[in-house]
Amino acid sequence: MTYANDTSSPLARFQDYLWRGQLAYQYDAIGDRAVFYPRVIAPRTGNDSLEWRVSAGVGTVYAVTVISPRGSPCYNVVLVDMAEGFRLMSRIEGLPAEDVRIGMRVRFRAFLPDDGAPPYPVFEPETNA
Amino acid sequence: MTHPVRRGGCAIVGVAESDIGEVAAGMSPLDLMAQATQRALADCGLKLSDIDGVFATTSQSRMPTLALCEYLGLQPRYHDGTNIGGSSFMSMIAHAQAAIAAGLCDVALIAYGSTQRSMGRSNVAAPDINPYEAPYRPIYTGSSYALAASRHMHEFGTTREQLAQIAVAARDWALLNPKAWEKKPLTVAEVLSARVLSSPLTVRDCCLVTDGGGALILCSAQRAAHLKSRPAFVLGTGEALSHLNISQMPDLTTTAAVRSGAAAYAMAGLRPSEIDVVEVYDAFTITTLMFLEDLGFCPKGEGGRLVADGAVAPGGRLPVNTNGGGLSYCHPGMYGVFVLIEAVRQIRGEAGKRQVPNCATAIAHGNGGTLSSQSTVILGNASTV
Repeated sequence: MTYANDTSSPLARFQDYLWRGQLAYQYDAIGDRAVFYPRVIAPRTGNDSLEWRVSAGVGTVYAVTVISPRGSPCYNVVLVDMAEGFRLMSRIEGLPAEDVRIGMRVRFRAFLPDDGAPPYPVFEPETNA
Repeated sequence: MTHPVRRGGCAIVGVAESDIGEVAAGMSPLDLMAQATQRALADCGLKLSDIDGVFATTSQSRMPTLALCEYLGLQPRYHDGTNIGGSSFMSMIAHAQAAIAAGLCDVALIAYGSTQRSMGRSNVAAPDINPYEAPYRPIYTGSSYALAASRHMHEFGTTREQLAQIAVAARDWALLNPKAWEKKPLTVAEVLSARVLSSPLTVRDCCLVTDGGGALILCSAQRAAHLKSRPAFVLGTGEALSHLNISQMPDLTTTAAVRSGAAAYAMAGLRPSEIDVVEVYDAFTITTLMFLEDLGFCPKGEGGRLVADGAVAPGGRLPVNTNGGGLSYCHPGMYGVFVLIEAVRQIRGEAGKRQVPNCATAIAHGNGGTLSSQSTVILGNASTV
């Protein structure tokens, strides 16, 4: 069997959704589970036909750390469990870093860095959304 | 066919550190590997020409086994260059054990060297680029362990004070080890008031950044009987991989040490209560705590209560990290080789002021990446085989 080269990468597809303000993930119909980060092959099942889906954007903070670099503002790094069953690293915005709590309900938005880098997902407390 | 790898079939016969702490300007990781190798050979009375299996790793060389063989003029029959982080050395024990049992080599050298303090850590241990984590600027690797600590505290009520007790116990052990980097006592209050690295962890919850290398020599139990050193028999080994990136770790409060430990205990035919000294990779205080749970020294979630009141400090109920650990003795980046060296010295009864009395069995547990790879070795003295 011969294989034609893929015409786009999982990362490029993921970022295309972000440019449209959407948080995408993949669904493995064989394993009946969400897959994140995006891949060309599903973990465990080896499924090579992963389905792209758009998240409703609602999740819960699973773990949190606050980093306080010398001479610059502190910031948080979190792991968020999404309602669709996948987890990602992110940042909670819209409140002081030290006020982020495990269990907090949060809502996705696409963040566009002002340095020209591609957009990436961040979250805000759901009450602020 | 019977399994060729058997309990006590091989032994660690030679161990040594290279220069450690802050080494002379211009020293390379290979200089340290070679120095440790020569000292480990002297420890057991073997010669460079006896080595026919080479297992080398470091974060500062892409091809460390090739580099070390060139440096020492070795042409081994068998070699391995596993890099799964700081647990690589425990896995190399498992691999060398299998190679010796299969007749692929007779005398195995495991070697490591690092000059991360001299070179600057960011120059020698750059993480893989991950576009799904990098935008959030986590500290590598501290924020990963901090996330795990936050979750452990949330689920089980583990406290900052309990984590600080681990750092203090490590320091108290280090004060008994003349080779330890840290020379002054440490208090819980000092740990808690130290600069926060990545909350909830302060810099005193975090391993040292030192230079250093180490080497281990392994051979069959039969050959070990004719050497001058007291063998530390390999009673059990276990290896388990979980993830690379912390965002992919299934449960941040439970590591794959559950699996690697179970495999090692099963092979050794021992239970946690039969282990005399516990040496675990303490990259951060939270790792010691989680490995005590995952290796069965207390139930999941009870680690904080286990380490309270000096229980793992000198004179406590359970001797843990008797060299002072990565927190207070030495941590050149891939610390696992030093965990094994200390376990062997305890088994031999050569640990000086920090010697655990009547030490017949030891567990040496390695961790790599961000709680990613877990490898366990159980060692015993001649009374255990």
